[in-house]
Amino acid sequence: MEIDPFIFRLSIFILSIFVGYYVVWSVTPSLHTPLMSVTNAISSVIIVGAIIAALAGSSEDIFETSNIFGFFAIILAAVNIFGGFLVTQRMLQMYKKKKK
Amino acid sequence: MSANLSALFYLISGILFILALRGLSSPETSRQGNYFGIAGMIIAIIITFLSVGNFGLGFIYVLVFLLIGGSVGAFIAFRIPMTAMPELVAGFHSLVGLAAVFVAISAFLKPEAFNLGIVGNIKLASLIEMSLGAAIGAITFSGSIIAFLKLRGIMSGAPITFKGQHLINLILGLGIIFLIYYLCSYQSSNIFWSIVIISFLVGVLLIIPIGGADMPVVISMLNSYSGWAAAGIGFTLENTALIITGALVGSSGAILSYIMCKGMNRSFFNVILGGWGATDQSSSSDSKEKKPVKSGNADDAAFLMKNASSVIIVPGYGMAVAQAQHALREMVDSLKKNGVKVSYAIHPVAGRMPGHMNVLLAEANVPYDEVFELEEINNDFANCDVAYVIGANDVTNPIAKTDPQSPIFGMPILDVEKSKSVLFVKRSLSPGYAGIDNDLFYRDNTLMLFADAKKMTEEIVKSL
Repeated sequence: MEIDPFIFRLSIFILSIFVGYYVVWSVTPSLHTPLMSVTNAISSVIIVGAIIAALAGSSEDIFETSNIFGFFAIILAAVNIFGGFLVTQRMLQMYKKKKK
Repeated sequence: MSANLSALFYLISGILFILALRGLSSPETSRQGNYFGIAGMIIAIIITFLSVGNFGLGFIYVLVFLLIGGSVGAFIAFRIPMTAMPELVAGFHSLVGLAAVFVAISAFLKPEAFNLGIVGNIKLASLIEMSLGAAIGAITFSGSIIAFLKLRGIMSGAPITFKGQHLINLILGLGIIFLIYYLCSYQSSNIFWSIVIISFLVGVLLIIPIGGADMPVVISMLNSYSGWAAAGIGFTLENTALIITGALVGSSGAILSYIMCKGMNRSFFNVILGGWGATDQSSSSDSKEKKPVKSGNADDAAFLMKNASSVIIVPGYGMAVAQAQHALREMVDSLKKNGVKVSYAIHPVAGRMPGHMNVLLAEANVPYDEVFELEEINNDFANCDVAYVIGANDVTNPIAKTDPQSPIFGMPILDVEKSKSVLFVKRSLSPGYAGIDNDLFYRDNTLMLFADAKKMTEEIVKSL
């Protein structure tokens, strides 16, 4: 019997939870705020879905309801991607060691 | 582009995201980590364009919208003051949530674009995945909006509770599951919309009973939800990058919530179901007999600290509110010139989000190797001459160790009382968020400095 591809995706999902568990525990507590902003930025990879939604269908009808939802989702995700990575960068620049 | 090849690239971008989080294990590697994250995102976006392969008019629109959103995001990122980080993160979570809802709606309206079947006959698994993604996304959205309003002060931070609240939440939650079940058999769009709307409602109801100082838990929890929503969409789209990211973000938020709860010695459910703020307000009102309090001015404080050999600074939310971090750093600079050894002690739940104090101190150019976590520094209070508590209260209250009746009993606290003298910058003797009196205020070795945190610190700098 063949294995349903869903099972593979589920395996990736569960293994990633474990990876996330160990990686996040090793994050130093002083960087917990940048951790939140960067996780926020990477979860905006949902833009992948938004792009597919926006470009679905024939090129004449690019403003069907489903496309419009896609376009809105692109804007929201883009705010997050740029905002998230840049604000993380800005924060990380500030963490400096004692001058010796 | 072939589906197999693009799947491999999505895997690479997922791995880059893992490395982005891995980089945060130390400040030195963190900046590099952030670049990994950016690279992963660029790969994911380019691969999506190539695999859709539609470079017509729609593509131009996509780029335009991408740039519009991007410039708004960049503008916010450069302009936002560091003290506003908690509300910024809450606001960003709401956007991820809403984006997840929109993608799910779009997939429901036009399943053929996502290879999920056709309208009215969507694959069963996809239907479950997209409705879960939409529901969690909607909860994340409205919950984060409420958190944002509370943090921003537009909405009162006080918990809003009413009778039967938990029962209503339970019914609505079960209602969502029930509707998803029906959606699977009938595929009606009305049911789908109802799921989305009820979930928006649940998000609001879930966050309104939670008080201001529990916000670190709430933000972490919403962080986690935004991850699970992304994962739900990832399953729908059969996209590895999204599944990996969703799992990473989901577990990251969950761990942060756990750390925050532990920092308050409370269970997750205790926080979610509305804790102290709701039930213990009475304890603050039974006024105790007036106990003598020693209060001093900036000159006294400056004298004490100048003649100390070591000082530990304990910042709290009050420092953030007063924006006192820069003045504080100046004070520490002059102390160091006088040969005083200074370090900072951070309680896990100080501030309104995980790591809030660390970012503010970093902003004020405090080197991160002078800043210590509770376990690292707690033993040093016994050998320190002066503890300078600025804007913190409950996290220093020794009652957490001595009185089993106290609502904060068992919460790990900074052992400020062990230092030779304690300086408490506070506007009044009013109790902190937990609504309990702090015994420290009345001790012989405590000097209260009644003033705004920033003003007082600036005055101390002057008299140093």
